[in-house]
Amino acid sequence: MEHYISLLVKAVFVENMALAFFLGMCTFLAISKKIQTSLGLGIAVVVVLAITVPVNNLIYTYLLKEGALTWISADLATVDLSFLGLLTYIGVIAAMVQILEMVLDKYVPSLYNALGVFLPLITVNCAILGASLFMVERDYDFTESTVYGVGAGIGWALAITALAGIREKLKYSDVPAGLEGLGITFMTVGLMSLGFMSFSGVSL
Amino acid sequence: MSQIKSVLTEPLFSKNPIAVQILGICSALAVTTSLQVTLVMCLALTSVTAFSNVGIALIRNHIPNNIRIIVQMTIIASLVIVVDQLLKAFAYEISKQLSVFVGLIITNCIVMGRAEAFAMKNGPVLSFFDGIGNGLGYSVVLITVAVVRELFGAGKLMGVEILPLVTEGGWYQSNGLLLLPPSAFFIIGGFIWVLRTWKKDQVEKAEFKILPNTEHSGGH
Repeated sequence: MEHYISLLVKAVFVENMALAFFLGMCTFLAISKKIQTSLGLGIAVVVVLAITVPVNNLIYTYLLKEGALTWISADLATVDLSFLGLLTYIGVIAAMVQILEMVLDKYVPSLYNALGVFLPLITVNCAILGASLFMVERDYDFTESTVYGVGAGIGWALAITALAGIREKLKYSDVPAGLEGLGITFMTVGLMSLGFMSFSGVSL
Repeated sequence: MSQIKSVLTEPLFSKNPIAVQILGICSALAVTTSLQVTLVMCLALTSVTAFSNVGIALIRNHIPNNIRIIVQMTIIASLVIVVDQLLKAFAYEISKQLSVFVGLIITNCIVMGRAEAFAMKNGPVLSFFDGIGNGLGYSVVLITVAVVRELFGAGKLMGVEILPLVTEGGWYQSNGLLLLPPSAFFIIGGFIWVLRTWKKDQVEKAEFKILPNTEHSGGH
């Protein structure tokens, strides 16, 4: 149990998707003008990550990894399909996002309306694919990858909400013309990222 | 011909994918600690963008509109797999350093963005050059950032010592901050500032303007 808690805390703070690995930066910078929308997007990312990372983990362990196909027949023990990984993961992510969209539309229309256009956008958010790739690189098992998926999502959501909060205040300040908008946002994220680096010494 | 020239040169500064279109930022920040790795990344991204643009432009009239994202994804993902396997075969050390970022070219918004915005509307030849142009625009920013970070952070360029470090008996006190990830934000922010001072039309309008102080006229 302790192991999973430390994995979760590590995924949220120490290895924050947005501020330590810079994943999902495009959406992070483009859709962080208002707290409301950032929060919606953050929740959507948590949900999608919590589903896709474990699913990709199952696919990797039982279909793609070298020797993973032995459960079909012993002859397939030498088959290594891991080069198909990228194509499979992105396929799973695109499909999951699509299914999630349909399910939400049918059963939880209020959440569906709140997320709106962000759901389909998530397919091309590199934080999602990145989490799956990290899961493979670090050899997480099924439970670990579920915990990691949720943690990575929460970390990303936390970061984008914090940035949106800063940007809402920032628009009242007098910024040099050339830095207005994107430039000053970069600087802000840089400072936030420096702040998050203080977690990097924490070993759990 | 002039069209090819304009799609090649415009993304360099006036329509730079990173500084103006806000595309492909993730990898720009994470792979820029050393120039060599950056160059490989730029080459990989430029070739993927160019060839995915060609592939998509060739079949653009046959792709049904509602499944176009999946079709584009499949083409891009296949190209990225080729690049990934090539790197693993011929430059294993660098591919280890790039870690997940080669795979993440799939979701690099430059590739998707150009496929969607350009290749779906133009012929294969023009799309090819648009891909090259945008790849170069991306490379300009990345190489600038990588040169600053490696030269002033580690005193080296491409692994060759330029500024001898104090710790090794030289005179240059290295700036450790530049080797840390957040420094890339400040350098790109600075790059955007310089670019927008040069090209005034890219400056964003402030959402909120502070009014000048109202003058108090007369007493009560």
